[in-house]
Amino acid sequence: MMLRKLGIAAVALSAVALVATGVQAAGADGSPVLTRIKERGVINMGHRESSVPFSYIGPDGKPIGYSVDLCMKIIDQVKAELKMPNLKIKYVPVTSQTRIALMANGTIDIECGSTTNNLTRQKQVDYLPVTFITGTKLASKKGSGIKEIEDMNGKTIALSLGTTNEKAIKRVAKEKGIKLKYVMVKDHPQGWLALETGRADAYATDDVLLFGLISKSKNPGQFQVTGRFLSYDPYGIMVPRNDSTYRRLGTVVLADLMRSGGAQKIYDKWFNPGPTKINMPISSTLKTGFEIQALPH
Amino acid sequence: MQYNWNWSILLQEPYYGWIWSGFSWTLATGCAAWVIAISLGSVIGVMRTTQVPILRTIGTCYVELFRNIPLLVQMFLWYFVFPELLSKDAGMWVKREMPMPEYSTAVVCLGTYHASRVAEQVRAGIESIGQGQRYAGLAMGLTPVQVYRYVLLPVSYRIIVPPLTSDFLGIIKNSSLALTIGVLELTAQTRQIEEYTFQGFEAFTTATVLYIVVTAVVMAMMRVVEKKTAVPGMLSLEAK
Repeated sequence: MMLRKLGIAAVALSAVALVATGVQAAGADGSPVLTRIKERGVINMGHRESSVPFSYIGPDGKPIGYSVDLCMKIIDQVKAELKMPNLKIKYVPVTSQTRIALMANGTIDIECGSTTNNLTRQKQVDYLPVTFITGTKLASKKGSGIKEIEDMNGKTIALSLGTTNEKAIKRVAKEKGIKLKYVMVKDHPQGWLALETGRADAYATDDVLLFGLISKSKNPGQFQVTGRFLSYDPYGIMVPRNDSTYRRLGTVVLADLMRSGGAQKIYDKWFNPGPTKINMPISSTLKTGFEIQALPH
Repeated sequence: MQYNWNWSILLQEPYYGWIWSGFSWTLATGCAAWVIAISLGSVIGVMRTTQVPILRTIGTCYVELFRNIPLLVQMFLWYFVFPELLSKDAGMWVKREMPMPEYSTAVVCLGTYHASRVAEQVRAGIESIGQGQRYAGLAMGLTPVQVYRYVLLPVSYRIIVPPLTSDFLGIIKNSSLALTIGVLELTAQTRQIEEYTFQGFEAFTTATVLYIVVTAVVMAMMRVVEKKTAVPGMLSLEAK
């Protein structure tokens, strides 16, 4: 008897749930991501903790930065689309190792960091338009005689595990037959420490990050960033795969910002000179990138 | 879940080779560190139970220092801070010339950390025997060293086999922290595969299985040791 009652209750409950999801799915226009955001009443935003000035923890403990500002504009649009002005934002810290997995398993709905858009990663995630362009360069001590990667023959280079820079350096070294000794480090601060303490002769990562590391070091005058770009790293905001409705929403927001000059304003706020005195005026490549990606309505 | 499963990635080169290389480094790190942990831990453990105050103090200081600092912090200190405390030449030697700087540092760090835990187990083993046997040995004319060698240690080692097993398992799992200073052991290689292929779930599943296999083998081995060395009538497996 008891069991039967429970059974009926369960059937009734699942029917209600089914109807409810049906209604909400219609509101979110068949987009699985928008549907789940609407159901939870929360959007989970992935962010980095020390990718200065893209995405890092600000003085009040909340994530701030160039990518975070751009993401906020997209989240505002999500609120408007779902007619949920009080949509909650949950901040989920991610690392270069966890970001793809957390996006693929549905933990985060948007990732605002410093993530290179590449074709292998697109097997697991999708990207919004390119919002920053950088590439691998070398940082070394002034007077070390290192200018290009070719000058590093027989020397030691520090690389951050699991970055596109690691792959780029190893590929170039192989192609050119340059003999390098590697010191593998787990993050940028440790890579910098390896260079500062003389464990490595150079540290290789995206040039913008190297400038950031130098600006924060004890002795900025002692270090230099040299050489040509050894890789091409276009950064993009990451979104879940297979949801073109949701991705289009983000693309529209970014295209509007790039067309109106809003994107450049946000860029200048963080880079020229920016709160960390990074002093990087917008490059001509990125400026062109903004123009090309400013698609009309 | 929006994820493209691709288990065949694990059998492709170079990823297949990476997993095995990582697996070997994990075993090499764990085993070498275990040798340090057992030998150093035994010495420290014995020091803590002797009647000589200065030795007891040194032993206590060692244990409290090494077991109270998080292992991750110790890795960092050994790798980045320790060479700076040496003279310039010696520091450079540790940083550049020493064979396999990352591996050696990781082994020393893991070994000295686990030595503090082994020391406590050795001490517990010796103290569980009670003072009676020590006095009996001394009364028979044995020197203090002989009392340890022939009376206390043979029994205490056999008593502490079960906790030593846990520590052996611990050292294998803790060896994954060596990736923070650049040892490409199993976990590091797994992450590497994830970064190259973005098939992280497959790689981590493999690593999990490999860790379980190693720990299962260690447990089986130690179980045999435990049975063979059980002190009759005392904490014996047969005693029901």
